[in-house]
This record gives sequence, structure tokens and C-alpha cells, in this order.
Amino acid sequence: MSAAIEFRDISYITKQNRALLSNISLSIEEGSVTAILGRSGSGKTTLLRTVNRMIEPTSGEVRVSNQSVQSVDIIALRRSIGYVIQETGLFPHFTVERNAGTVLESSGIPKTERIRRSHELLNAVGLDSNQFAARYPHQLSGGQRQRVGIARALAAKPSTLLMDEPFGALDPLTRIEMQDMLLQLLKSRAAQTRTTVLMVTHDLDEALYLADRIVLMDTGNLVADLTPAEFLQSQQQNVADYVRAFHRGERNRAASRGQIRTREDRA
Amino acid sequence: MNQFLSQYGGQIAELTFEHLWLTAAAMLLASVIAIPTGIWLTRATRWANPIITIANILQTIPSLAMFGFLLPLPWLGERAARIAIAALTAYALLPILRNTYTGIRSIDPAILEVARALGLTGTQRLFKVELPLAASFILAGLRTATVTCVGIATIAAAVGAGGLGELIFRGVASVDNRLVLAGAIPAALLALAADAVLGLFERKLRTPAQ
Repeated sequence: MSAAIEFRDISYITKQNRALLSNISLSIEEGSVTAILGRSGSGKTTLLRTVNRMIEPTSGEVRVSNQSVQSVDIIALRRSIGYVIQETGLFPHFTVERNAGTVLESSGIPKTERIRRSHELLNAVGLDSNQFAARYPHQLSGGQRQRVGIARALAAKPSTLLMDEPFGALDPLTRIEMQDMLLQLLKSRAAQTRTTVLMVTHDLDEALYLADRIVLMDTGNLVADLTPAEFLQSQQQNVADYVRAFHRGERNRAASRGQIRTREDRA
Repeated sequence: MNQFLSQYGGQIAELTFEHLWLTAAAMLLASVIAIPTGIWLTRATRWANPIITIANILQTIPSLAMFGFLLPLPWLGERAARIAIAALTAYALLPILRNTYTGIRSIDPAILEVARALGLTGTQRLFKVELPLAASFILAGLRTATVTCVGIATIAAAVGAGGLGELIFRGVASVDNRLVLAGAIPAALLALAADAVLGLFERKLRTPAQ
């Protein structure tokens, strides 16, 4: 049993005595993609951020590669974990190339190697490095920026990738392009390192498409940990509610045409 | 006019140089104090208000009074140039301090968050992210401070520190407008030149799309 990330009875209680995470235990298999679903304020992002110690849980232990994150040097830990957020957070004064190579630069990798690697990554995320390397973030579209964000997160070959609503700000068409790109990237990278992905989203479709497991959170509690197929068929109230909320429009339309089609029919 | 210039030309040049030296020394000193303090305040934000308020109060002291206050102090009061530089430094603190602080504080939090999460060390975050992104702000503060100091430095002549103010004071005393102008025009030109040069740098340092 190889758990790449393990949450052991994690709680996080704020100074105002609000429990943002309550006794979460979860084990994430190496090389898998896990989506954390839940409504805003359910603690998804908080849980994600305990992995790279952007948040220190008040009790419990987080382990990455069988080591407590507390026992590892925090800078080394963070450099070994890719991190992508919705706002991208690209450095506006760095070129695309330098942005992609940020972690390599801060770890002191020589420039030629850095440039080679960031160009390789840019091409892998679907940006022609010859065309984009010298540009600045403000010269890119939202989707392109997020591609650079992913290139940056993967440049140092992290074994763990944390993504906080990475595609949440993108239009649906760009979003599905990005999802395909990510899947392909993970597959192609699988040969060199098995990247474990933990992704926060509230898009059920995205979770179903990308994830091997779906975790549902509700007010700081972990309420479900299921495969996508199980998730869709679950009779558990809060899971069923989430699924129903997502397919409301679809059902409505289908009902008005007098036919109810399920996802399985289409597949 | 020609006669005036040949009589005072050398003096004007000398005093302009002195003026410049006083201002430059004060700006250097003020930067060395205010930029690190501004950076520190972004880490200890509860001190930001009190300290910026102190700098603010310094700024409101009338310049003649400031020179007067410093006069009786040991060491400082011994040399007129020391008094002048100390007073000018005090006036330069606020714009530099405030702009350093707000410049860093106004950086998009998402950028700083990512810098942390990607494992940049504190020093790397400061020198690779925060200072470059705040650079145009900080330079704008330096520019304001410099222009202010060039102006206030003319008063330094009142305590015998020299500078172009000397011509102005002498002109006033002897009711000679030519002497007043001989001090005032170069002082104004110095201020304009400093403003233009620093403005140029400021635009250069502005990050793309900022």
C-alpha cells in the first residue's frame, strides 16, 4: 500500500474557535488523481494547503511520501510539491520562460538547464516555446496563463501536484482543452515520475472526468471518498444532493422533452 | 548681465555643487533608513501606523524651526552641513517609507502566496518578487523626496550650511533681485532635472502591464 499523501486525523481550528477541518483522515494513492468537491467554505482549500504547509493543522499529521511534512525542511518540501491556483499568480515582471523556471531558479539549477527544462515544459503544456518564452504574462490569454502556471508547477518534477480550482476561471471550451492537456501531461510524465494529483474543484464534471477518486467535503468534514462511478450512483444524501445540483439544467431540459437521459446512456 | 555672471558665475557653480551634495547625502541616508524600515513594516504591520505617523509629524515641522532644533545638539550642531543633512534626511523619510510600504503591500496577494508555496525563501521573495514589483513605487517616493529636499536645502543657508540658499538670503538682505534669482533659478532647475531623471528611471522600472 503506497500512500503518496496521507492525512491522519487532521483538524484545523481558527483562533476564533471555528473548526475549518474536523478529524480528516484520508489516504491518497501514488500516481492517482483525487478531486476534492464541496461547496464554498467546506474546507477543501484548507485541506489542500495543509499538504505544503501553507496552513499548519492544529492537530493531526500530514504525510507526503511516508514522511511527516512537519519533519521536512519547509522550503525543500514546497519545492517538491507543484502548486497551481485559480488566479495563476504568475510573476508579472518575469517572462513566460522565467515564470516556468521559477522553482528551478530558486533551487539554483544552472541557467542553461533551466531554460532547456522550461522550454520543454512550455511545449508540453501546449505553448510553442519559440513563440511564447519571451512574452510577459499580461500578453497571454487566461488559458495560456494557466498553462504557464501548470508548466511552472511541474518544472521541478514534483511527485505531488496540488491544484486549487485550476480551471475555475476559464470558459467551458478552454476548460475542457486544459483538462485534456493535463490528462495527457500526466500520462506522458508517468514514465519519469508518478505524479500524485490532489485537486480542489466544485465542478462535478471536472472531477468525474479527471479523477480516480472523488472526496466530498461538507463544513470541515470529509463525508465521502468514492470512485467517480460510485459517486454518481451513491444513495448517500449529501452526495446525491451534489450530483442532483449539477444536473438540474440537464434534467429540466430532458424532462421537458419527455425523455430522461442519464449520463450512462450517452457514454 | 554678462558682468554679473562673470562676477558670480564661479560662486553659483560652487554653491550648486554644494546644494547637490547636501541633497544627495541626505537622500542616501534617508534611503538607507527608510527602505529597510518600510520593508520591515510590511512584516510587522501593527507598527506601520505609528511609525508612518512619526515620519508624517517630522514632515510637518517648518524647515526653519527644524534647523533651529538641531542647532544646539551635540556633534550634529557642530557643523552646519551636518545639521542640513540631518534635517533634509528627516524630510525625505516619509515619502520613501510610505511608498516602500504601500508598494510592497499593493502586490497581488496571489503572487506572494504562490511565491511562498513554490518554496522561494524569504530573501528570494524579497529580492526577486517584492522589491522588483514595488520598485517603481519606491522610486516615485525617492523622486518626491528629492524634489522636496532640493527645495528645502535652500533654507540650509540660514544655519550657514551653504548651498544656493546663500545667494537667495544675500539677495534678500541686500535687496538685490539678481542675487535672489541667481540662487532661485539654479535651485529650480536642479529640482526639475532631478524630477525628470528619476521619472525616467521610474518608468523604466515599471513592470509590464502595470
